[in-house]
Amino acid sequence: MKLKEIIKCLNLNCKVLCEDPNLDIDIEFAIASDLMSDILATAKPGELLLTGLVHNSVIRTCEITGINAVIFVRNKKPPDETIKLAKNCKIPVLLTDLTMFETCGILFSKGLKGIHIERAD
Amino acid sequence: MDSEVVFKQEFEINGGDFVNAGESASKLKNILKEIGIDTDIIRRLAIAAYEAEVNVVTYARHGIMRILIYPEKILLTVEDEGQGIKDIDLAMQPGYSTATDEIREMGFGAGLGLPNMKKNADIFNISSTVDKGTKLEITMNLNDKNVRD
Ligand SMILES: Nc1ncnc2c1ncn2[C@@H]1O[C@H](COP(=O)(O)OP(=O)(O)OP(=O)(O)O)[C@@H](O)[C@H]1O
Ligand SMILES: [Mg+2]
Repeated sequence: MKLKEIIKCLNLNCKVLCEDPNLDIDIEFAIASDLMSDILATAKPGELLLTGLVHNSVIRTCEITGINAVIFVRNKKPPDETIKLAKNCKIPVLLTDLTMFETCGILFSKGLKGIHIERAD
Repeated sequence: MDSEVVFKQEFEINGGDFVNAGESASKLKNILKEIGIDTDIIRRLAIAAYEAEVNVVTYARHGIMRILIYPEKILLTVEDEGQGIKDIDLAMQPGYSTATDEIREMGFGAGLGLPNMKKNADIFNISSTVDKGTKLEITMNLNDKNVRD
């Protein structure tokens, strides 16, 4: 699914925070978490991140793991410096007033997939 | 049998500098990209470097991250001056954490950093002295196609 289609799925409840985002990037998988430690241990490149955490560490984590785009949920707007960092890293950042659960539910029902983590044992 | 260092770079990490945590790992990632290292190796090394950098920012006063690229391997060392780790086996256990509120607010402190470094590294070594500091050594094996001449 293209990022612009994801925005459409979320209807009027989604706002683009950065200038000139590339909304044509293709996204197949998403991960939802507020825990960077978990994301660093499980994320796959090319994913979309849904998070309620607004801090530079979110963008750094995306850059390091190769996450392609971020949606901040329940209307938590990140500080300007975080948006600026996202711009430098060329990672589109979006804001929705939906909750984490609602956002995940809508996008899952439209066909976005999660990454199934293989068990170690 | 020591082979020649092809590339070398150092990054300074300041304890307590939570806003810039990750900058060194980010620079490292870009350097490796430019050199043309295999993308999977870059990703694994960048993740390990970021986890190590966040640990220095959180638990130490000051640290140096060094990258040494040889024809057959990449060696990343992260050496810090700080409180050190009393029980390394315990610190390596997933879930063990002494993280502060400040770092938890950044989404860290799950006790997964050291195990994740070990998982991503081809060879992982850690040594530490209480009240002096900690040293990490992460080695990634390359085959010769990875370094462009
Ligand atoms: N450089 C260091 N200096 C001193 N203590 C450290 C250092 N690195 C790790 N530790 C100790 O080891 C524990 C485990 O570290 P680890 O990186 O695995 O987890 P964490 O930092 O607590 O959480 P996470 O990495 O998941 O955000 C830390 O909580 C801390 O007590
Ligand atoms: Mg850690």
